[in-house]
Amino acid sequence: MSQSPAILSTQNLVKEFQGFRAVDGVDLNVREGTVHALVGPNGAGKTTLFNLLTGFLPASAGRIALGGRDITGQPPEHIARLGVARSFQVTSLFAEVTACAHVELALQATAGLGRSFWRSDKQMRRFTSRAMELLDQVGLARHATRSAGSLPYGHKRALELALALALDPKVLLLDEPTAGMGLEDVDRTVALIGRVREDRTVVMVEHNMNVVGSLADTVTVLQHGRVLAEGPYRDVRSDPKVVEAYLGADVA
Amino acid sequence: MIRFVVTRLEAHPAWVRWGLLAAGLLLAFGLPWTLYPPVATDILCWALFAVAFDLLLGHAGLLSFGHAAFWGTSAYATGLIAIHSGLPFYAAVLCGAVAAAVLAVPIGFLGVRRSGIYFAMVTLAFAQMVYFVANQWSGLTGGENGLQGIPRTLPGVDLSDSFVFYYAALPVVLLGLLAAWRVVHSPFGRVVAAVRDNPARARALGYPVDRYKVVVFTISAFLSGLAGGLYAVNHGFASLQEVYWTTSGKVVVMTVLGGIGTLWGSLIGAGVIVRLEDWLATAGFDEVGLVTGGIFIVVVMLFRRGLWGTATHLLRRRFGALSEDTGEKHRPEHDREAPSQPVPS
Ligand SMILES: Nc1ncnc2c1ncn2[C@@H]1O[C@H](COP(=O)(O)OP(=O)(O)O)[C@@H](O)[C@H]1O
Ligand SMILES: [Mg+2]
Repeated sequence: MSQSPAILSTQNLVKEFQGFRAVDGVDLNVREGTVHALVGPNGAGKTTLFNLLTGFLPASAGRIALGGRDITGQPPEHIARLGVARSFQVTSLFAEVTACAHVELALQATAGLGRSFWRSDKQMRRFTSRAMELLDQVGLARHATRSAGSLPYGHKRALELALALALDPKVLLLDEPTAGMGLEDVDRTVALIGRVREDRTVVMVEHNMNVVGSLADTVTVLQHGRVLAEGPYRDVRSDPKVVEAYLGADVA
Repeated sequence: MIRFVVTRLEAHPAWVRWGLLAAGLLLAFGLPWTLYPPVATDILCWALFAVAFDLLLGHAGLLSFGHAAFWGTSAYATGLIAIHSGLPFYAAVLCGAVAAAVLAVPIGFLGVRRSGIYFAMVTLAFAQMVYFVANQWSGLTGGENGLQGIPRTLPGVDLSDSFVFYYAALPVVLLGLLAAWRVVHSPFGRVVAAVRDNPARARALGYPVDRYKVVVFTISAFLSGLAGGLYAVNHGFASLQEVYWTTSGKVVVMTVLGGIGTLWGSLIGAGVIVRLEDWLATAGFDEVGLVTGGIFIVVVMLFRRGLWGTATHLLRRRFGALSEDTGEKHRPEHDREAPSQPVPS
């Protein structure tokens, strides 16, 4: 598996906030078709790295490549259209919009109907059945007509996942997809990621080591914005540096 | 009794919508019978202007403080075309609106990069430039004297009677309102609302948010242009007042008074303000701005939802969830204030 080419990679990537290096010279190679986990203590720079990869933050230095093509400095919508979809750690939804309409909006983004200002929004009903399918996959079918703002936290996370999946991305970036979920929902999410990974690449920030262990092919451990260790889960978890820095508490 | 009616209506939300529409149309057709016809036509023009403005403020969340640029540019362009070409006034107004839309593209392009108060500042600055040009270029615009003698041309119809002209102008305004309604309830409109509520998420879905903002800005300018052109034809005259900042302010007042993000509210706000100004002027009261400004402050302080928004809110609170969709968009208070969140976590 580690033989497949890198689909998403960074070279000496740096992000500086007023002199503070949140991401400090990261070389990341995400191989096509793998599930790649990013772990590390809070403040390690994982979310910042996601924001760099998706164009939400400009890099202070370094390059980002997608499928061999340089995407450094591209705006987020452009990167999304190149096939990189993300979920947000802090749920980021349209509070008044129903769960189903959220997914329709995402499906419409790839279908290009959004420019039609002269047509009725009833046109968007063509996406409804696919939207319901996706909601069903993430366990939200029963809540399709509820507004996102009224959903409990775990369901908001699931909706985040459905939105990212609706874009049918080549690369799926998930920032703590199971945070705040009950056990049952965690299992469903793990199973779902296990299924959707079949034809795509997944990069996920995850604190739950059971989830990392059961899904990830490669684990990168970040600390203070630097890569501390990288490799298959069982190697990384026994790496003394890692045990000392972070995993020790969770995985004894 | 009221409760009975309301529960009936609740069971049939479509009735509310059609009922309101019928009442609105009836009022629109009857207006020049109850008012001095030129004032009735003014109400039409300002109502369309306010709705066009609210398309931007209420629906896209962009506060323009320079919409006089579009109203006024179209007033002059419409006037010049009507004077020099002899085209039917419909064509002149349409050309005026196109001129306003063309002007909106570069302004929108530079403006939407900024949000909140910066967007208001950029639009105000451009509107002041338009004012400056109109003032300086007096050979074309008549400068301080204004552009005089704009004809109401329509082959085969004598429109010199303002009562008749009202009915000639009404279809333009109704089409404009229909267009605004269509934009709000289109796939595009859904994206615009999404961009307003959460630009970062919209971008993550692949929507180029700035482009959407420029397009909705341009549509708003076009509809404002329709209104401004019609206004100039109604008065046979386009003056510097049309591009002055007080005109930008007046449309803000109307929209806020009626209720931001409510189509009906903008119509009511426009009607109230035009009627009030006319009444004050007739009564010989000079400080019209003082009164409208005072009303504006009261509304902002006490009734943040505006007349229409407050009325529907109270009805809903009193009688439960009265039909949600009467053509308006609801959003929580905080969304109106919140600046865009450029970097998510
Ligand atoms: N926009 C910002 N401005 C300043 N500092 C930031 C910003 N975003 C993140 N940081 C800082 O960068 C560090 C890494 O944050 P983050 O990437 O969110 O960590 P993680 O996701 O690994 O918990 C933290 O110390 C955080 O305070
Ligand atoms: Mg984080």
